[in-house]
Amino acid sequence: MFSREDIEHISTLCRIGISEKDIEPYRAQLSNILKQFEVLQELDTEKIEPTTNPLSLGTVMRDDEVHESLTKEAALYNAPVRDGDYFRVKAVLEE
Amino acid sequence: MELNELSIQSANELLVKREISSTELTKACLDRIEEIDGDLKAFVSVTNEKALMQALMVDEQKSFENEALAGIPMQLKDLICTKGVKTTCSSRMLEDFIPPYNATVTDRLFERGAILLGKGNMDEFAMGSSTENSAFFTTRNPWNLECVPGGSSGGSAAAVSAREAFYSLGSDTGGSIRQPASLCGVVALKPTYGLVSRYGLIAFASSLDQIGPLTRDVKDAAIVMNGIAGYDPKDSTSINLISPDYTAGLEKGLQGLKFGVPKEYFAEGTEPGVRKALDAAIKVLEELGADLEECSLPSTKYALACYYIIAPSECSANLARYDGVKYGHSQRLAENMWESMELTRKEGFGPEVKRRIMLGTYALSSGYYDAYYLKAQRVRTIIRSEMNDAFQKYDALITPTSPTIAFNVGAKTADPIQMYLSDICTIPANISGIPSMSVPCGFDSGLPIGMQIMGPVLSEAKLLNIAFSYEQATDWHKIGPSL
Repeated sequence: MFSREDIEHISTLCRIGISEKDIEPYRAQLSNILKQFEVLQELDTEKIEPTTNPLSLGTVMRDDEVHESLTKEAALYNAPVRDGDYFRVKAVLEE
Repeated sequence: MELNELSIQSANELLVKREISSTELTKACLDRIEEIDGDLKAFVSVTNEKALMQALMVDEQKSFENEALAGIPMQLKDLICTKGVKTTCSSRMLEDFIPPYNATVTDRLFERGAILLGKGNMDEFAMGSSTENSAFFTTRNPWNLECVPGGSSGGSAAAVSAREAFYSLGSDTGGSIRQPASLCGVVALKPTYGLVSRYGLIAFASSLDQIGPLTRDVKDAAIVMNGIAGYDPKDSTSINLISPDYTAGLEKGLQGLKFGVPKEYFAEGTEPGVRKALDAAIKVLEELGADLEECSLPSTKYALACYYIIAPSECSANLARYDGVKYGHSQRLAENMWESMELTRKEGFGPEVKRRIMLGTYALSSGYYDAYYLKAQRVRTIIRSEMNDAFQKYDALITPTSPTIAFNVGAKTADPIQMYLSDICTIPANISGIPSMSVPCGFDSGLPIGMQIMGPVLSEAKLLNIAFSYEQATDWHKIGPSL
């Protein structure tokens, strides 16, 4: 079961930004969902290989050739804030 | 019969004879949308001018002979990228996003002369079973406007059922094509994982997502599959095989086929009306010469928990890209980059998306990875092998698509788990990577019921053959909503 602190910690990990008043409803709902997962503990899975991909596909390789790709303009078209050929962001480094 | 009520095949026959034009078909669909979509709300956006322009060009330049999709108006779920046309995922996060490229399926359909009418409403980022998680509005069920159309591809199912579009492409991660098709009375096919390219499909859970058609009858589903299936080097999960002609084996009949009816799919929660319709459908399949018997897939009861660990985990990773830097919503009224990112995601995502990102982040976080994510992946192996074993004995499995008919708007929004249970019959196919169809098989209280047909990997042609045989022996597909 989740505590309020758990919810605050998880929301920081995924930068989801939830309001103070929403912490309790999320705590209750997520705890309830987590409870549904307990059923899996019935199964002994120690010797079972995990499935990462339903068709067991391998890694796909290709030749390192130059192809046409998106133009700079197309890639920057949806930029929220643009500075020349760059995406502009808030300061990353903190004092 | 109005032009927008034709099947793809019959519209094509008239186009070939030049008795009608694509422009007329397109106008008929746009008129229908104009007439009813204010109430139905199946479209997030309608691309009138582009559609008419495309139709005009197709009429002038394209031969309709052997081009079954040329000139036929369709809709795409609003998470399939369309160059120059907004693709929103029904989210505030992508409300103004205009993709700089087409998804491979979009390109393939355009190359074949398909006409895009607009984009289909959905649950935000395909997370939901009713379209009530759309950030914009809830799509209504054409059979009863008080009810949901199912989801997440609810706009697709409603548009096809209400004869606004000839077909739509949706995406299916845990039932998002099949469940709404069942609730709206249309045909749906979720192909084998990797059969249809996902390049340009906005990702939700990458080991589960697959694109597929929603149509008014089975032959149309086969025609659309011919247009979209096949290898794409731009999708590294794409299967490198040449696809068959899916329309070729429809009329093979059911003699000699053996179907299993897994009892776990009729567990508590299955409505009596659904049970009754399935019993009747099973009789029809028997009369057509198939051999049916009850069977058991005991791991089915673990599928929901397995899915609700794996899908949110993958979603938390996939949706990490929405940081307000490169595209999408961006809130800059913040002190620094971290705060900006947090506010962007707070404002951009709705509650269900936030729930799943948090759940997935937790399941992947240090100390819990083995207990949740890895455990679920191991359980996935068990469910998958059990399914594969069943196909050693049976050509296909027959189940309900959804345990219930369409429910009222608002009936399940308070409790996420009630909503998750809507996908209890459809999730195992995604977990196993196998193809699965839904075909209309009856009504209860005036609302449609769907039969699910699951088959082994790459058995799409066989599933279409089974669905076609059943459809031709029944009249369900001939009945449309009175809307």
